[in-house]
Amino acid sequence: MLRVENLTKIFRTGFLGKGEEIIAVNEVSFLLRKGEILSLIGESGSGKTTVARLILKLLRPTSGHIYYKDTDIWDIPSKTYWRKIQAIFQDPYASFNSFYKVDRILKNVFKLFPDKISEEEKDRKIYEVLERIGLDPKEVLGKHPFELSGGQMQRLLLARCLIIDPEVIIADEPTSMIDASMRVILLNILKELSNKAGKSIIFITHDISQAFYVSDRVLVMYRGRIVESDSVEHILFSPQHPYTKRLISDVPKLHEKFKFTLT
Amino acid sequence: MSLVLEARHIEGGYNLGAGFLKAVDNCDLYAYEGEIVGVAGESGCGKSTLAKLIMGFTKPPLKLVGGKSIVDGIDIYGLSWKERRSLWGKVVTMIPQASMNALNPTKRIRDIIFDVVKEKFPIPPSKSEVLDMAKKRFEEIGLDPVALSMYPIELSGGMKQRAVIAVSTLLNPSFLIADEPTSALDVSTQKLLLELLYTLVRKKIVKTLIFISHDIVTLRQICDKMCIMYAGEILEISDTEAIMNRPLHPYTKGLMESVISLSPSIRKTTLKGIPGAPPNLLNPPSGCRFHPRCPYAMPVCRKKEPSLREVEEGRFVACWLHLR
Amino acid sequence: MAEKIVNAGRLIVRYKKLLIGVIMLSAMVIFCVPGMILYPVDPRAIIFRDLQPPSSTNPLGTDVFGRDVLAQLIHGTYNSFRIGILAGLIATLIGIAIGATAGYFGGIVDDILNLVTNTFLVIPTLALLIVIASYIRIRSELMMILIIGATSWPWTARAIRAQVYSLKAREFVDLAKISGLPRHEIIIFEILPNMLSYIVMCFTLQMAGAILSEAGLSAIGLGPTALITLGMILRWTIVWEAPRIGTWWWFVPPGLIITLIAVSFLLINSGLDEIYNPRLRRMR
Ligand SMILES: Nc1ncnc2c1ncn2[C@@H]1O[C@H](COP(=O)(O)OP(=O)(O)O)[C@@H](O)[C@H]1O
Ligand SMILES: Nc1ncnc2c1ncn2[C@@H]1O[C@H](COP(=O)(O)OP(=O)(O)O)[C@@H](O)[C@H]1O
Ligand code: SF4
Ligand SMILES: [Mg+2]
Ligand SMILES: [Mg+2]
Repeated sequence: MLRVENLTKIFRTGFLGKGEEIIAVNEVSFLLRKGEILSLIGESGSGKTTVARLILKLLRPTSGHIYYKDTDIWDIPSKTYWRKIQAIFQDPYASFNSFYKVDRILKNVFKLFPDKISEEEKDRKIYEVLERIGLDPKEVLGKHPFELSGGQMQRLLLARCLIIDPEVIIADEPTSMIDASMRVILLNILKELSNKAGKSIIFITHDISQAFYVSDRVLVMYRGRIVESDSVEHILFSPQHPYTKRLISDVPKLHEKFKFTLT
Repeated sequence: MSLVLEARHIEGGYNLGAGFLKAVDNCDLYAYEGEIVGVAGESGCGKSTLAKLIMGFTKPPLKLVGGKSIVDGIDIYGLSWKERRSLWGKVVTMIPQASMNALNPTKRIRDIIFDVVKEKFPIPPSKSEVLDMAKKRFEEIGLDPVALSMYPIELSGGMKQRAVIAVSTLLNPSFLIADEPTSALDVSTQKLLLELLYTLVRKKIVKTLIFISHDIVTLRQICDKMCIMYAGEILEISDTEAIMNRPLHPYTKGLMESVISLSPSIRKTTLKGIPGAPPNLLNPPSGCRFHPRCPYAMPVCRKKEPSLREVEEGRFVACWLHLR
Repeated sequence: MAEKIVNAGRLIVRYKKLLIGVIMLSAMVIFCVPGMILYPVDPRAIIFRDLQPPSSTNPLGTDVFGRDVLAQLIHGTYNSFRIGILAGLIATLIGIAIGATAGYFGGIVDDILNLVTNTFLVIPTLALLIVIASYIRIRSELMMILIIGATSWPWTARAIRAQVYSLKAREFVDLAKISGLPRHEIIIFEILPNMLSYIVMCFTLQMAGAILSEAGLSAIGLGPTALITLGMILRWTIVWEAPRIGTWWWFVPPGLIITLIAVSFLLINSGLDEIYNPRLRRMR
């Protein structure tokens, strides 16, 4: 579906870009196959969101290419591309414009389609998608974002993606700001989208256990580079890179306590 | 061991235009010296409100409507607002939710500390004394004192959270409440912070810690005792190990079943989570507040509210399954 | 009931600055707008004896030409307000356009617009106004408005730029982009509504500034010759050396009104700031 080749993004700050350089993404390459969930794991600041924004055409790479079905994404008209690639972001509270009711974010997406769509048709589509995702339209529509819980907002944003019905969904830490009890529900929806609807998903997280729960393959990112990429089983049983080992050992476990020694 | 916190029948909430939102209903919480007590529950269940009520931070629209809170022998609600204010920071301190992002971005860390100290003492100690205290505390919690002369944006998330803890514990309060201190951090930083909170208590820098989080896996790492809240009420309190080995309340079970464990088989399993959403506190359900989401709900659950009872030694639960 | 009164009291205490500002400003508006109808004396008519102290026919006396000072004051306040509102509006609009463009597009667009803004910012506005106003010979009200509006936008642009810059990093902007919304719609319908409060604050300050600029310019003789404004009244008192000849009823009231207007706008601004700025509101 997507092929990322030697992707590099350098941010320059200061007047006319003469300031400091931050290499946010450094020579990253990977493949996303049809129907798979690929996880991108790394601590904060490791460049995960930058990769997501590059794939979404929200940023231009400093060098390297991204191909969607063998065409460079910058050669595809944006609206066409965004009908195929969609996203859900980390912070549900910042994803909604608090000035408007939540319906607006769902209705806005119809602008991606060239044909004129009647209001009834839009409403029908919105209802259908909300129900598919386990949200009661009566409970969420017509509300302002601050009247909803984080879990409800993230599911609404996933519903937004499903209205567009893209082939690829990029989920940038969608669970990090919602409760654990809602987290698995959201992850289950992602799993189902890939298993049943054949969507390809890039799942970004800092929590390796969530990555293991949903994904088939895992990419470990550290300081802008991909330091390890393998199947879940391999990574769990024989992590190669010291950073991957640390990620695994730092995950808190339900039936064990961390052993801290007093110094 | 002495009791550091004795909160009895705490009841309170927010005066809103639409009515009184009772965010905390009849909660009892005790904590002894040397103890770390975890408070868990989904967002909106009243954890932060409980913390504020314990400290006496009843700033409108928040209001206490019943119960009392005794911290280190001091009856908080026997004091005026002004007297309470003078206790905050010295006897009891809260690290508020998201406080690491509330540091004034235009001030250096040491100036933020000077401000805090200035507010707490009628005759503030000299700046060099304060700076010495701060340096010592920074070293104790593993933060380079160089950070004192930095601005908040120059610090990483983990360092900021440490700086917040250093600032809050500078005046050696006996009782510390940390409200979701780990929730915005990645796992590695989280682990370091847990270690820090653990050592604060074990090294007796603070006598008692209340640690609030919506994530029971994090809580269980350092808490001696855990308290599970739902819709403003406490549903279960016990030793951490007891709860982890055998949760009694269906809600606690649900929380534990939402935890994604790190094992190869996890990918094949489908965790259930807790379907449904917490109730609207302006109009909570009748009977047991969890009944609309409870897989074990019985007819009695809809009608009568179960109260928190000791059902086994040291195990307090509010659920009809365990109350006969 | 008692609770309601207590709550109302609390609100008043909390928003006291805003409230005092609004009351003062309303008083000024009431003074000039219904005033023109209730006190229908022609401010230009030379029909009284000159330099009369306050009396029952001329509540604030007369000026050196024998015109009624109260009538002049009423019309002057009205005209000053009009100049303030229009010039403030122009400055705010230019500021928004330049600030939002710079903040949203960033990069080289930002660098260039920043340079322009900073240049305008370091040139002392009054000096610039004097130069422009003395070159342009047509002294009409419109000219005055345009000159003030076109020179006082830079700091609004600065403030708006910073706000847009931080808002555009919010996720809802990215979502709007990948929903295919065009850029101008994103700026106008997604970003700007989120800073409405901020824009209102900028506008109040701009109005205060514009009224003061008008007074300053007119007082040194660059004002609209055919119009009565607070600045023009001051101008005449200066030309005829009113303070020296002790005609306090002529020069004190316009100065007082200008001060009151400026103070009321500043109070409104800082009152709004307290409401909208969480840092000032936090944990008191
Ligand atoms: N717009 C930007 N301008 C400058 N630096 C940026 C920008 N976006 C991200 N960065 C920097 O790039 C690095 C990677 O950030 P990010 O991709 O957000 O990481 P992650 O999502 O893994 O936390 C960080 O050091 C961050 O400060
Ligand atoms: N300042 C406030 N005004 C009105 N309602 C509030 C306020 N703060 C919290 N609430 C409400 O009180 C309830 C409990 O909130 P909170 O104590 O913050 O929960 P938690 O910390 O467990 O997430 C929620 O329903 C919330 O909407
Ligand atoms: S009281 Fe009933 S509804 Fe409530 S938790 Fe127990 S079994 Fe479930
Ligand atoms: Mg990120
Ligand atoms: Mg909270």
